[in-house]
Amino acid sequence: MTPSVLAGLVGAALVGLGLHGLILHPHPLRKLLAFNLIGSGVFLVFGIVARRGAAAGFRFDPVPQAMVITGIVVAFAASALAVALILRLSAETGRVTLDPEAWKSSNGEDAK
Amino acid sequence: MSLLPYLDIGLALLVVAVAVWTIAARDLFTSVVGYVAYGLLLAFVWIRLYAPDVALTEAAVGGGVTGVLLITAGKRLGALKNTEPEAQPGLRFRILVGALAALVAGAVAAAVLMLPDPSPSLAPEAAAAADGAGAGLGNPITAVLMSYRSFDTMLEKIVLILAVIGVWSVSTDKAWGGAPPQFRRSRPYAPMVFLAQLLAPVGVLIGIHLFWTGASAPGGAFQGGALLAAMWMVTMMARLAQPPRVDAQWLRLALVAGPAVFLISGLAGELFAGSFFAYPPGIAKPIILFIEAFMLLSIAAALPMLVAGPPSERADQ
Repeated sequence: MTPSVLAGLVGAALVGLGLHGLILHPHPLRKLLAFNLIGSGVFLVFGIVARRGAAAGFRFDPVPQAMVITGIVVAFAASALAVALILRLSAETGRVTLDPEAWKSSNGEDAK
Repeated sequence: MSLLPYLDIGLALLVVAVAVWTIAARDLFTSVVGYVAYGLLLAFVWIRLYAPDVALTEAAVGGGVTGVLLITAGKRLGALKNTEPEAQPGLRFRILVGALAALVAGAVAAAVLMLPDPSPSLAPEAAAAADGAGAGLGNPITAVLMSYRSFDTMLEKIVLILAVIGVWSVSTDKAWGGAPPQFRRSRPYAPMVFLAQLLAPVGVLIGIHLFWTGASAPGGAFQGGALLAAMWMVTMMARLAQPPRVDAQWLRLALVAGPAVFLISGLAGELFAGSFFAYPPGIAKPIILFIEAFMLLSIAAALPMLVAGPPSERADQ
């Protein structure tokens, strides 16, 4: 098994793990973290596409690699925006949750 | 050389194990620390894929700056003091989600194993970009970013600005125009201040070096800018510097300088080199370095502003 196939399989495992965490974790920041795991898994799969595309004297295809670099920076920008929204939502509702039911009960009558 | 495959397998297992840890860890802080370690380990995987430029970006942005972002966010959420553990979903739902995740991972793995052979490649075009329009660029990644796919790179800088505007715009009306809250509310420990004083000057030099060497070796404006951003954040964490007011003129100029210079150079290419984002042959390299210098500035300004968050009233945070 070549290193690139191995890295691709790691990418696949990361996508699965991230998806699992994204759905199951109730905490919004943990969801965001899991989402970033999915992202880096996808980048890794793209990375082995770059590695397999070795040609013209390069040991890799520079185009997918350059796009992964752009992707990492954009993923960070999106994460930062998500964090700002999560913090604002929590400051507004007083609760750290994305559950609209919990939000309603804390705002309306003092249920729970 | 026969040791290398075992190292690869060990590294792969370690990356997956740390990823499992970040998902399974009980509290947020542990999970974020796991994520930072994961980003650094992933950088090694990228090196094994012959992608040192991606490795540098992953270590700096994917692991480092994202880690700071999440730790800062966790602390600010902790300050709300009502982080209550919610009811875990039922067992059947968890099994269902596990099966779904395994299915998706299996499908991606199958796709990885069944990639076409011989693989399609844009490497010849990239080589042409490195030799042709971006003449004299030894680093093909920089040639692709700044010449072959320059429009993408310019738009990506605009995405960074849009994200900064997005983050700022979730502030309250009263706080608008003010400064983001301090990175830490308590007084920093003396070792932290010492570290910042020691690290920041060296880090700034390394950041500028990464940018300068990026034309011919691994590195570039992204990696250098991320390092400069990290150094600014370290000094703000040690309270040697304050987060600037978001209506400061110099800050806004620094944020738009990169994409603005890039766009103007692109338009000038229309006049002098015959097409949008073309560089006149012969002086392509100095022009690319000139654009990258402003991009470095914009990245170094944008990343800390994204981490610092929206402006807030000083009194309550």
